[in-house]
Amino acid sequence: MNVQFNDLENKTVLVTGASRGIGKSIAIALAKNKAHVVFNYRADESSANELKEELQKLGASKVSAVKFDITNFDEMKTNLDAFVKEHGPISGLVNNAGLSKDQLALRVKPEDIDYTLNVNLKATMVLTNHLTRQFLKAENVSIVNMSSVVGLMGNTAQTVYAASKAGLIGYTKSYAKELSARNMRCNAVCPGFIETEMTKILPEKTQAQYKSSIPLGEFGQTSDVANLTLFLLSSASSYITGEVIKVDGGLYI
Amino acid sequence: MEIQDKVIKIVSEATKVDASNIKSETNFIDDLNLDSLDMVEMMMKMEEEFGVEIPEDKTEDLKTINDVANFLKTAQ
Repeated sequence: MNVQFNDLENKTVLVTGASRGIGKSIAIALAKNKAHVVFNYRADESSANELKEELQKLGASKVSAVKFDITNFDEMKTNLDAFVKEHGPISGLVNNAGLSKDQLALRVKPEDIDYTLNVNLKATMVLTNHLTRQFLKAENVSIVNMSSVVGLMGNTAQTVYAASKAGLIGYTKSYAKELSARNMRCNAVCPGFIETEMTKILPEKTQAQYKSSIPLGEFGQTSDVANLTLFLLSSASSYITGEVIKVDGGLYI
Repeated sequence: MEIQDKVIKIVSEATKVDASNIKSETNFIDDLNLDSLDMVEMMMKMEEEFGVEIPEDKTEDLKTINDVANFLKTAQ
């Protein structure tokens, strides 16, 4: 099922990590809502062009691919500034890019912590903070940070990942408070088990085990997360800020 | 128009404080009750009006109308 929010038409929304999984699903949903979809890509220009074409075909009012690695802060700032100069302010931001390197706490090396926190937490903060200046010139600004249900409930072998996702929640709430006087909203979404390449490779037995712990009995779809994200980007949620919403089939009740 | 008069006009429009009550020594934070985010926005307005760039670290030194007018004089 696809949601439709009329006010997303022509809205300029940047989605990080849009090449696959939840990020791609959000980009697709935005395209179907006729938004101006902006995504970043690291190096693979031909894949970026393919995605661009796909989103354009789905109805996006415009699609822009901006080249930057979210951990290369200089490149990110330079190329985003150039984008804003050419296209005007970005008024929607989905901080979705993230990674997970699962390992037992006793095996986690300090550099593993740096790496995960850098991508999942620091990059989101640097990117959002940098865009704040131009957000002041935009209207109906809404930011959605992709946290995780693991950031709320914790998980074995995910100490670092959980810390990074919990960190995003603290950032979300603080940013929401700081910028609320300028009518900017910032919320966090916490997906549970979602059917992606990551869950597909799990052995059937493990999948069944996971499913038995989910009250709704199934993994979620990436579109379930996209639907909530679009609601939060739209003015349909104009009185919601600093909120943390789970999309987890009841996994963490 | 003198730079300072133009600055006062911009500040007056943004804060809705009558221009006659804004002087050279008027302090943005103490006299006009602006918070730090208001200041960022005020400096962004100055940048637009005067076509100059005010570096973020410079903003902290610009406490009064006179500070801003002097900065703009040298920056232009």
